[in-house]
Amino acid sequence: MTDTALGTPGAADHGHATSTGISNTKLAMWVYLGSDCLLFGSLISTYLLLRHRSVGGPTPEELFDIPFTSVSTFVLLMSSLTMVLAVSSLMRGDVRLNRIWLGTTAMLGAVFIGGQVYEFTTFYREGLGYTTNIFGSAFYTLTAFHGVHVSVGIVMLMSMLVMSFRGNLGPERSETVETIGLYWHFVDIVWIIIFTVVYLIP
Amino acid sequence: MTTITDNEPAEAPVGHGHDLPSDAQYVKITLILAFITVLEVGTYFIEEATTTLLVGILVPMMIVKFLIVAGYFMHLKYDNPIFRRVFLFGLFLSVVVFGVMLTTFGFFSSDFLQILR
Repeated sequence: MTDTALGTPGAADHGHATSTGISNTKLAMWVYLGSDCLLFGSLISTYLLLRHRSVGGPTPEELFDIPFTSVSTFVLLMSSLTMVLAVSSLMRGDVRLNRIWLGTTAMLGAVFIGGQVYEFTTFYREGLGYTTNIFGSAFYTLTAFHGVHVSVGIVMLMSMLVMSFRGNLGPERSETVETIGLYWHFVDIVWIIIFTVVYLIP
Repeated sequence: MTTITDNEPAEAPVGHGHDLPSDAQYVKITLILAFITVLEVGTYFIEEATTTLLVGILVPMMIVKFLIVAGYFMHLKYDNPIFRRVFLFGLFLSVVVFGVMLTTFGFFSSDFLQILR
């Protein structure tokens, strides 16, 4: 009988027993991420249309703290590295290291969310509420949607950690971590676009 | 007897048997991403930069970072091409739909670009 090579360390494709020969779970995640492009596409293009059409209230140039946001960007970038190391370690069968990287990724995600909460609080104190002007509505909607995605990612990572400590996340389930990793890297990709389009281009 | 081989698609998975990057290579990729991010942040301190110039510098760097993360961290470079096609379809659809929307609302019109300058 043909060996399905499930969980083979270092192999990107595991030769699944499905009609397509690929993992349905992974395919479902890619379909979801493709559809999520439309969600963020709508939010980003709406922001681009509305950011300079405010009648009153603070403007992006008056509020944005680029050095602070740059640190948050680095934190999210580092979380992508720790995520990919978590996948890599589990593929090699190193469960202990996998737990460390999963925990680190979740922690870095929490630091990013903390930074976003701090930023929102600061903006609010400086006079930008959700309904203050059209820029505020578009900005908070876009960045909060991204924040919700990061938060959902943290919940999934913590679930992986719990599964691992219960002994349900061995090398044979490395694809589960890889699929969660796809979601996490997508969130990073979206931030790459938001950081450039929203913060850096005036 | 039916075997897994009977269910394999006509197009062989590209990623099958190909090694993914090592941990050291992932670190190197992250350093490249960090370096590009430093360059991006550096543009904030160019005082005379116009929006047109910044778009010309920042958008290509953003695309490079996007491709690196999708290709290496998300394994699109190594994985089955179906995943790449599914994701690119969503991305392409998004760019087309919202490109049309931005055009319809005059985002690329000279009046709107005047506001940006």
